Amino acid sequence: MADKKQKKEKVPRARMPEQDPDVRRRNFIEVPLGLTPEMAITEAKRCLQCKKPACVAGCPVSVDIPGFITLITENNFSAAANKLWERNALPAVCGRVCPQEEQCEGLCILGKKGQPVAIGYLERFAADYERQNGIGDIPVVEDKTGKKVAVIGSGPSGLTVAGDLLLKGHEVTIFEAFHKPGGVLVYGIPEFRLPKEIVASEVATLEKMGAKIECNTVVGASITIDELFEEGYDAAYIGVGAGLPRFMNLPGENFIGIYSANEYLTRTNLMKGYLFPKYDTPIARGKNVVVLGAGNVAMDSARTAMRLGAKSVKVVYRRSRDEMPARDEELHHAEEEKIEFVLLTNPTQFFGDEDGRLTGMECLKMELGEPDASGRRRPIPIEGSEYKIDCDLVVVSVGSNANPLLTNSTPNLNLNKWGNIVADTVTGKTSKKGVWAGGDIVTGAATVILAMGAGRAAANSMHDYLTIGW
Amino acid sequence: MAKIIYREEMAQGTIILNEIEAPRISRKAKPGQFVILQANETGERIPLTMADTNPEKGTITIIYMVVGKSTAIFKDLQVGDSYYALIGPLGAPTHVEKVGKVICVGGGTGIAVLHPIARALKEAGNEVTTILGSRSYDLLIMEEKMRNASDQFHICTDDGSKGHHGFVTDVLRQVLEKDDIAMVVAIGPIPMMKFCSLITKEKGVKTLVSLNPIMVDGTGMCGCCRVTVGKETKFACVDGPEFDAHKVDFDELAKRLASYLDDEKTSMDAHKNCKI
Repeated sequence: MADKKQKKEKVPRARMPEQDPDVRRRNFIEVPLGLTPEMAITEAKRCLQCKKPACVAGCPVSVDIPGFITLITENNFSAAANKLWERNALPAVCGRVCPQEEQCEGLCILGKKGQPVAIGYLERFAADYERQNGIGDIPVVEDKTGKKVAVIGSGPSGLTVAGDLLLKGHEVTIFEAFHKPGGVLVYGIPEFRLPKEIVASEVATLEKMGAKIECNTVVGASITIDELFEEGYDAAYIGVGAGLPRFMNLPGENFIGIYSANEYLTRTNLMKGYLFPKYDTPIARGKNVVVLGAGNVAMDSARTAMRLGAKSVKVVYRRSRDEMPARDEELHHAEEEKIEFVLLTNPTQFFGDEDGRLTGMECLKMELGEPDASGRRRPIPIEGSEYKIDCDLVVVSVGSNANPLLTNSTPNLNLNKWGNIVADTVTGKTSKKGVWAGGDIVTGAATVILAMGAGRAAANSMHDYLTIGW
Repeated sequence: MAKIIYREEMAQGTIILNEIEAPRISRKAKPGQFVILQANETGERIPLTMADTNPEKGTITIIYMVVGKSTAIFKDLQVGDSYYALIGPLGAPTHVEKVGKVICVGGGTGIAVLHPIARALKEAGNEVTTILGSRSYDLLIMEEKMRNASDQFHICTDDGSKGHHGFVTDVLRQVLEKDDIAMVVAIGPIPMMKFCSLITKEKGVKTLVSLNPIMVDGTGMCGCCRVTVGKETKFACVDGPEFDAHKVDFDELAKRLASYLDDEKTSMDAHKNCKI
């Protein structure tokens, strides 16, 4: 066994082929190109097939990782995709956007001495292979239970709940406020990181399994949750996301050219502003762009600005490189694309011309002091260090709060002081009978896979409710 | 869904009325609320405040002015055609209660927005004085409907083709001086709302305006529609669209509405060339 392990460590981890940074920084085509079948098989063979796989324990939806990897080594890619589907309705999405380094791959035994198995690459490979070459297999759905479920929001957690409950034979209708399903996967995450065709395909699979999708329906405004129950739904899941952008409340923040990341990305991705004027929704093409914040959404915004033709893109962040919350891979990709990180810097005000258009901003330099409540060292302003950055576009990407539109219209739904829904951490049950919640509306802005994990837990609890009782 | 069942051209074809099938929205909508419409998959999301609703028929009515490519595409839609997307009702409804004598001032397509509000105010027992304005009488819309929703009724035209020769602000000032007015609602072009607001502020009369900034989602998600009200940033889509006129920064609103002027021209030019 020890001998076998040594050999496996010697095969280097697969390297994902990528578009050249100098080319891709000006196009919207996906950056990683995907493994070839040969590369996937070689990578899959690195897996030790541990008896107690730590990777599975690290996966919020408990995918049978050694199982699907074995099927890849056997050249049975369709079966590998089906194995993924058993636990994950969105493998092509997760293979791309999960922070594997903190989850499955972070716990891989091979990673202790060398490089972990590239589980994310393999997941993506199997799902892509099946989408492109498969015969359109869909997961087997159990006999109809006659129970009706309303899923509110078609983002990652809603789609997971829908997938799980469809498998168990329940009737599912997904309500989406926008004109296209997918939530943040469609309006937020850019095309070059997650092609929209993939989201559409994953949603189409759910439809083939029997899901009904009602777009253009703002639950809370078009119809309330109580009215859904009156219409005959037996249970509801709320997965509406965070959806209320934070601004910095600085002087001049309403100058033309200052966007929330939500608006900037929605115009570009959902409304396809990058294809203007073929699509009608315009998006400002800044020459000198500043992105405020350093999370994954900030990186998406910065890399989008570069692709929209910016001469320079700066990410301005008040802490240091070590505290940047974005995934390493996102930071790395951004740097490769010549995005500049301006660290230990905080904006204090914006400047504009007489037409109200942004011309620049003032910043203050910071230094790190003692750790704050988040455990990160607190940034402290350096007095008298103000300086000006010329810019014609600013994207504010400093997080989101809970959008009150749905929660305000729903009596008996307990909220915390920030307006997030209070839900049981294990089951996702809310204070309102028959209603579950999960994803960003419960946790505040987090990741796709955490939202999916919450969806999975809620779906199990909802199934118990629908078959046994509250 | 979202099928046009009745269509009318007004003001010499510059303003279009659509009555649209929308059973759910028609049952829910209250005066002052808006919908978002998209003509086709490549189109923009355009917010329009509803001019009327008919819950029995399951329809809503919108009235818009043809100003750019998106509304030009809307204009091409005929009876039997459907909008690609229709979302609503959005925004906070008008707070309607009996306050006494109220003045409703409307201009342009703002008259369409004003109509359900004026009617609701009258139904709530208020004495409604309506003042409508347009550049010329043939551009004035909804005269009869507004007359029916009013106790006193005035028309103002810039060219003197009907009613008072001059601006709505002239008549507003006269009525304010004559009567003890509890509230003014002013809906129309930004300069009209701004100048009505200046007059009522001087007189200390509470005034509501309905704002129409650029929007994307209409549910509070993007912040595109932010307006400054009393030195605070508000989102017109969820905090409004109605606000206390005396606190609104109209100049900022006017500037932000011009955000995409160049793009709008590019878009319209491409559309015209394509049609030729």
